[in-house]
Formats: sequence, C-alpha cells, structure tokens
Amino acid sequence: MTQVNHLIEIRGLKKTYQSGDTTVDAIRQMDFFIDDEEFITIMGQSGSGKSTLLSIMGALNHPSQGQVLVDSLDLYALSTEQRADFRSEYIGFIFQSFQLIPYLTVLENVMLPMAVTGQKKKIKNQMALDVIDRVGLAAKAHRLPDQLSGGEQERVAIARAIVNKPPIILADEPTGNLDSQTAGEIMQLLQTLNRQGHTVIVVTHNPEVTQYATRTVRVQDGLCFV
Amino acid sequence: MKLHNISFGNIKRRKGKMLFLVLGLIIGISTVVTLLSITESMTVNIEERLNQFGANIVMVPRTQNLSLNYGGIDVGGVNYKVREINQDDLQNIYTIKNRKNLSIIAPKILGPVRVKGQDVLLMGVIFDQELALKTWWHKTEGNFPGQADQVMLGAQVASFLNLAAGDNIHLFETPFTVSTVLKPTGGPEDDAIISELGAAQKLLGKQGRLSMVEISAFCQGCPISELTLQIAEKFPDAKVTAMKQAVMSKMQSIEMFQSFSLGVSIIVILIGALLVLVTMMGSVNERTREIGIFRAIGFRRGHVMQIILLEAMLLGVVGGVLGFGTGNLIAYSIIPMVMKDSVFAGINMNLGIISIIMSVALSLLASLYPAFKASNMDPSEALRAL
Repeated sequence: MTQVNHLIEIRGLKKTYQSGDTTVDAIRQMDFFIDDEEFITIMGQSGSGKSTLLSIMGALNHPSQGQVLVDSLDLYALSTEQRADFRSEYIGFIFQSFQLIPYLTVLENVMLPMAVTGQKKKIKNQMALDVIDRVGLAAKAHRLPDQLSGGEQERVAIARAIVNKPPIILADEPTGNLDSQTAGEIMQLLQTLNRQGHTVIVVTHNPEVTQYATRTVRVQDGLCFV
Repeated sequence: MKLHNISFGNIKRRKGKMLFLVLGLIIGISTVVTLLSITESMTVNIEERLNQFGANIVMVPRTQNLSLNYGGIDVGGVNYKVREINQDDLQNIYTIKNRKNLSIIAPKILGPVRVKGQDVLLMGVIFDQELALKTWWHKTEGNFPGQADQVMLGAQVASFLNLAAGDNIHLFETPFTVSTVLKPTGGPEDDAIISELGAAQKLLGKQGRLSMVEISAFCQGCPISELTLQIAEKFPDAKVTAMKQAVMSKMQSIEMFQSFSLGVSIIVILIGALLVLVTMMGSVNERTREIGIFRAIGFRRGHVMQIILLEAMLLGVVGGVLGFGTGNLIAYSIIPMVMKDSVFAGINMNLGIISIIMSVALSLLASLYPAFKASNMDPSEALRAL
C-alpha cells in the first residue's frame, strides 16, 4: 500500500484561548488535509474559528494540541525563526482590509517580502514588476496605496502575496471590503493563480465565494466538516 | 527593496514624532557640547594667561647656600659649593611622562663681565625661547639680536654705560654690536647685558654649562606640582621649583566647573535617552499592525530589530550633527558672558565625531528595548489587530 503525501495535513488540532477567567475553545478538534493545487474555501460564521485555523496553517499561531504538516514538515516543531523562513518560502498571505504599508509605493509594497531574500536588486525589481503586470496595475506601480481604489489595493495585496512564488496562498476574507463586481474579479484572479499552480486557501463567510473553489471545508463551533 | 527603505519610509511618514525624538537628542548633545566647549575655552584662556605670566617652573643648580635676600634687596650669600647644570643633560627633560605639556624651555648662563671699567651681569639666552617666554620684553630701537656677535642691553645698563642701539662694545676683548635696548621692565633684565647662549658660555668659560632653566609648562589634567616632581626626578642635582601664581587658582575653578558640567551632562543625557525610549515605544506600539504584517510575510525577529535600530541610528546621526552645531553656536554666544575676556576656542572636530558617536549610541541604547519588544511581538496577536 502506498502512502499519499498531502501538501497540508491537519492532525488532532486544538486551540484554546484564555479570556479573563474563562477558557475559549477556538478550535475543538480538526483533522483534514489539503492537496497540492487545490482551491479550498473555509466557510464559517464569525467566531467559528476559521481565522484561527488560517493563522495556524500559516505558521503564525501555535496550536494548543495537534500537528500541522506542510510538505511533511511539522511546523510547530520548528523554531520561531525557522517558521519565519518557512512563511517567506511557502506562504503568501492576503489579509482582510488589504493591509498595505501606507508609506510605500505599490512597487515597494509588492517587493516587501523580497526585502529579506538574497536576490539582486535588478531581479527583485523585475519580479515585482512582472506580478504587478499580472494583476493589471502596471500603470500604477509608483502610486501610494491611498491613491488606489479598494479593488486595486486588493490586487496589490495579491501581487505581494505571490511575488516570492510561494506554493500556498492564504487569504482571509479577501472580498470582505469590496463590491460584488470587484469581489468577482478578485476571485477570478485567485482562480487564475490556482490554475497556474498555487494552492489557494480562502477563509470566508460569503457563500458566493465557494463557487470558485474546488472544495469547501465548513467550520462551526471549532469543528470542521469536510 | 531593502530593510533600510522601510526605515527611511517610516521616518518620512512620522516626521512630527521623529522631529520630537531628534529634538531630544539635540538638547542632550548640544548641552554636553556647550559645556565642554566652555570648559575648553576657559582652559585655553588660562593657558594663554600662563604663557603671558612667563615661566611657572624654575630649575637651578642645587647649592648649599643661605639666602640673604629680602624684598629684592640682596645682601650677599655664603656659597659653600656651586654646581651648574650640564647643558647636554637638558635633553632628559623630554623624557618625562608629561613632556607634551612642556611649552617653553629657556636655559641661561649668568656671569659677570667688565665693560667700561664696570662689572655688569651677562646673561646668555636662546633668544627664540626667551622672547616667547618674556612677552613683556619690548625693544626701543633696532632689532632683537639675530647673530652671535650681537647683544641686547637692559634699560638700566644702557643708561649707566651710556650705550644705544648700533654702538659697539667689547666683552673680554671680543667685539659685540648693541642691536637694541630693552624698555624698562622692572625685572632683573634691566641690569643685564643679554647675549646669545653659546657666545656667553664661551666668554664666561662655561661651555656646555647652564646657570638656570626657566620652563613654561601647562598641564590641564594634572597639577603643576606633578610636572615639577617629574622634572626633579630627571635632574637630581637641580632644585626644581613651581612658581605660585594667582592664575593657578583659576585651574581649580575650571576643575569645579568641569565636575558641574559632567553632572549636568549626565542628567540631560538621561532625559534625552528617556525621550528617545518613550518616542520609540510609542512608535512601536503604533506599528503593531505593520510589524505583524512584516512577521507574517517572513521577516525574522532580527529583521524587525534591524528596521527599528536602523531608524534609531539614522536619527542618532542627525541628532548628533545638529546637536554638535547647536552646542557650538550656544557656546560661541555665551562664552563672553560666562567668562570675561574669554573667546570661543574654536570648533573641535574630534568633539564633533564624539558627539555623533555618543548620539548614535544613546539613540541605539534607548531603542534596544522597543526594538526587542517589537521583534518579540506575537504575529498572531499583532494580526488580531488587523
């Protein structure tokens, strides 16, 4: 019998928070896997534990119990700095509300993940301009974030997430601040990236988003339903 | 895109806060520079006054005689044994620990000569040294002697022997020209014929011998008695005496001012450091979200520390340069008010370099904790603020 190696494996995951005197079970028990080049939506209501799950998969949040294996790498057996290197190499984050650095131009924001990589300046510049072009913002590369529309800012956030060519893209409510037309365009862009080889994981509470996914994981009360 | 682009960008964005931080550094550094410049100017002023006062150390051969002199009236003495200083040994003075503090060394030979049937005191000197030491010597007409066959006369001698500049005289049958006559000084030179040292030694038959050495020395970091002891150790056969001068007490005032300056500087620097610490902490707290993003996209803790410390370093350099400039400007303006007859000693570039280093070190030290706090921020906590 051959063993199948999944890209991401979640095993016996639990996460509890201490809020004052009470213990909150953000994730009670989760076991599932995600394969390479999948487009997954994680659906759930506010407070269901979906954002906590995303941060744990992104090597940002230590689980109380369980394991997260990415490429057979046990993320929380790594040191803090090794996890930072892992994020740099494997993960592209797209945050809620874009989260661009306001004092950096579009080009600089996109180049941000490359500030800690060893490539030459010329190569970095070219890579950044390429992804900016891919998200359709070539003409606005030298603008500041506040000179862009919401949809354009989201595109910059996507460009920043993919500039280092990470295999996994994690997006937290990427359409939360956009009108339905722009939201549709952004989801199509993520779908294109998925087709180009990125594994895309989107956390959302919007059922319309699930139509772009190859699979949906539902989260409720700290439990997941695959 | 490098980490320094982020530091530059943040400084540009938070101009007001960064200006406040730089202002704290400017106040700290300029206070230190002002106080140090005032102390330096005071010291230079004292040094100049000391030189104007002439020698402050006198070295004479050790003799076993009883001084029969009171109020300038010499009634003779009983010399049991007269020694002289060997001129070659004088080089030993340059082997003392504080040799750099020796300003002028003026050796001389003394002896009687007979001119026009009168016994007159002949003093052989090295003119360059002697004239630098005796700033109160002024010639009447002619020039100070420049050749071995020229002499200079004290006012009293010239008048007594009825000689003037340009006249010829014979000392032990050797012809000399009077190059000039000194204006009256009220000192012993009024009664002397002054010639070049070598010529006087030859006339008196004391080649390579010295009667006394007058030394002008200045030691900012040590008392003059310490210098005297160091010289005395090298010349066991000589008596080395520090001349008590009123100006020396001024050194004590400077030392007290130095201690006061040090105290004030430490307090102001501490306040400056506190200001940097508070501003940097505020900046880090405001940037929680930003730091969370940096950590999420793969920045190591060290990278976050680098960004914060680089900002601190840049601001430290600006604070140091501006603080040094401001300090000099303040010192230039207030020195004449603080100390009468004193002038600004000039811009000390070494102090400039020290100011910048001090400002950068202060800024970095005060930013260490905020940088450490930022780098240890839990990215998931920071992102919860998103």
